[in-house]
Amino acid sequence: MIGVLHDCPTSNALGQDVVFVSRDRYLDVLGKLVADGFDMCVDLTAVDYLTHPGRTLPEGVEAERYEVVVNLLSLAHRRRLRVRVQVPESEPTVASAFGLYPGTEAMEREVFDMFGIAFTGHPDLTRILMPEDWDGHPLRKDYAQGRIPVQFKGAAS
Amino acid sequence: MTTLDDERPVTIAAGTSEGAQEMQARSESTPREVFREIGAVLRMSEADAAALDAIDGDLDEDQTMIINMGPSHPSTHGVLRLMLELRGETVLRCKPIIGYLHTGMEKTGESLTFLQGGTNVTRMDYASPLNNELVFSMATEKLLGIDGDIPERAVWMRMLLSELNRMSSHLLFMATNGMDLGAVSMMIYGWREREEVLRFFQKVTGLRMNHNFIRPGGLAADLPAGWRDDVLRILDLLPDRLAEYDTLMTGQPIWRERLQGIGVITRDEAIALGATGPILRSTGVAWDLRRDMPYLRYADVDFDVVVGSYGDAFDRYAIRLAEIRESMRIVRQILDKMPNGNYRIQDKKVTPPPRGRIDESMEALIHHFKIFTEGFKVPEGEVYVAIESPRGEIGCYIASDGSSTPYRMHVRAPSFVNIQALPHMMRGGLVADAVAVISSVDPVLGEVDR
Repeated sequence: MIGVLHDCPTSNALGQDVVFVSRDRYLDVLGKLVADGFDMCVDLTAVDYLTHPGRTLPEGVEAERYEVVVNLLSLAHRRRLRVRVQVPESEPTVASAFGLYPGTEAMEREVFDMFGIAFTGHPDLTRILMPEDWDGHPLRKDYAQGRIPVQFKGAAS
Repeated sequence: MTTLDDERPVTIAAGTSEGAQEMQARSESTPREVFREIGAVLRMSEADAAALDAIDGDLDEDQTMIINMGPSHPSTHGVLRLMLELRGETVLRCKPIIGYLHTGMEKTGESLTFLQGGTNVTRMDYASPLNNELVFSMATEKLLGIDGDIPERAVWMRMLLSELNRMSSHLLFMATNGMDLGAVSMMIYGWREREEVLRFFQKVTGLRMNHNFIRPGGLAADLPAGWRDDVLRILDLLPDRLAEYDTLMTGQPIWRERLQGIGVITRDEAIALGATGPILRSTGVAWDLRRDMPYLRYADVDFDVVVGSYGDAFDRYAIRLAEIRESMRIVRQILDKMPNGNYRIQDKKVTPPPRGRIDESMEALIHHFKIFTEGFKVPEGEVYVAIESPRGEIGCYIASDGSSTPYRMHVRAPSFVNIQALPHMMRGGLVADAVAVISSVDPVLGEVDR
C-alpha cells in the first residue's frame, strides 16, 4: 500500500500497513474500512508521546501528545491495518468506535482508565482495571512509577 | 484521607464497592447501557432482536435480582467477578468486573530492558508463558530488523516449545473444565498429564512456569541431552490418556447434556466482539494464525484447523481436545525436522558471550555486563506482532524511542477480549450453566488484568 487511503496519509512500518487518520474523520474512515472488509478490531490502545515528541510521522500529520492505535484485521483478505489517531493534550477525546466494532467496548475503557482519553458516545465509560476512586491515569508518562503507595481498601488511614 | 503531595488529596474508599464499574439496576441505567449489556448493539437480524425481547418480557424490577459471582468463586479461574441480573434462575444481564489482579505490568514493562521484558510478559498468561515470551521476542526482533536472521534451530525449538505449551494449556483446561462441571476425577487426570509436559519444560528451561526461555535473538539455552526421548515419552503416553478423556467426557450423556447448546455464540457476534481462538473457531470460522498468517515455520508442517458448528460450550471443549491431538501431530513433525545449529543469533548486539569466554576474556566480561545492565538499544519505530496462543490471538505492540527499554509495551491479551463475550453467551441461560460458560471461555485472569 502506498500513499493515500481514503484521503489519509499512510506509511509502512517494518512491512506493516499504517494509516494516519485525523480525529474528526476517525469514525468516517473506520466505517469505510469496515466496508473494505476489515471486519475485526483486534486491538485498541494508546501511547503517550510526552517524552518522545520527535517521532517519525508522514507529511501532513501533526504530532500530538497522545496517539490512539487501532489494529484492524480482515479475515477474508488475511490482512492487517493499523490506524493511528493523534489526540491533543488540551482536549483528550476521541469518538467511540463502539457502533462499528462492539468489541472495542472494554478496550476503550482500558485506554480511558490508563490514559484518561475519553471516548465520546461510549455507552459505559468507567474505569475497568483500576479502582473507581483512583487518582490519575497510570500509563501516562507524567505518572511516575511507585509514586503512589499501595492502597488497601478499608484500611485505617 | 491521606495526602501524597500538597495538591492532590487521595481518598481511600472503605468497603468493596467498585462504584460505577458495577452493574446498575435498570432504573438507574441509561437505555444505551442496558442495550449494550443485552447485546442488542450487535448487528442482529430482526428475528434475533425479537427473541431478545422475549427473554426480557414485561420486566418488573421487583422480579429481578442482581447477584455477585466471585471475585473468589472457585469456578471463576482466579479473581473474576461477574454481576448477574437474574429472574428466577434465568440470567438476563451479566457484567464482568475485572482488575482485581491488575499489577501494572505494561507500566513495569516500560522500565525493563528488552532483555528483561521476557520475565514480565511471561507472567501475564501464566498457563501458556512460552507463547507470551515468543510474541514479545518476535516484536523486539522485528524492531531490531533481525527477524529474518534467527537460526533455523532456534525457530524450530520455539515451535516445539510453543506447541508443547499449547498442549499443557489445553490439558489444564480439560482439568478445570471437568472440575467446574463436577467431573472431579477429570481434574486429577488433566493435572497429571499437564505435569508430564511441565516436567519436560523444567528439564529444558529450569522452571515449570514463567520460564523467560525464549528471548530476543533466540533462546536462553540449547535443548538438554535426551530431550528427544522425553518428548517421545509424552507423545506415547498421551494418546491412551486422551482416549480415556473421550470415555469419561466426550461420549458421556451427562457431559453432553451439560455442555451442548450452552453458551451459544454466533459467527457474527464472535467477529464483532473480536473473539479469537477456540471461541471463534467453535462458530465455524476456520481462522488460525498458524495457518492463515504463518509465523515461525508453521507453513512447513501439516496440521488441521479444527472448527465447530454450533458455537456452544461443547464445541469449545471438543476443539481444545482435538487441538491437543493436532499439536502432538505437529510435535512429531518437529522431531523429524529439527535441524542442528545455533540456538540463538550470533549477533553481538543482542547475544551475550558464552559463559566460558567470560573467564578468559576481559572484553567478553564487559560485553556480558553491558548487555545485562544496560541492555541493547532498539531502533525507533512501532510494531504489532500477533501469534496464535492457546486462547486466541496474542499480540504485542511495542513503540520504541531508540533506547534500551520499550517506550510503550502493550500486550493484546486474548482472554481480555474473549471475556467480553460472556454477557452474550450467558444471556437467557440458567445460572447453573454460568459456570460451564465461564469455564468454556478458559480465561486466564493474569492476562485479563495484566
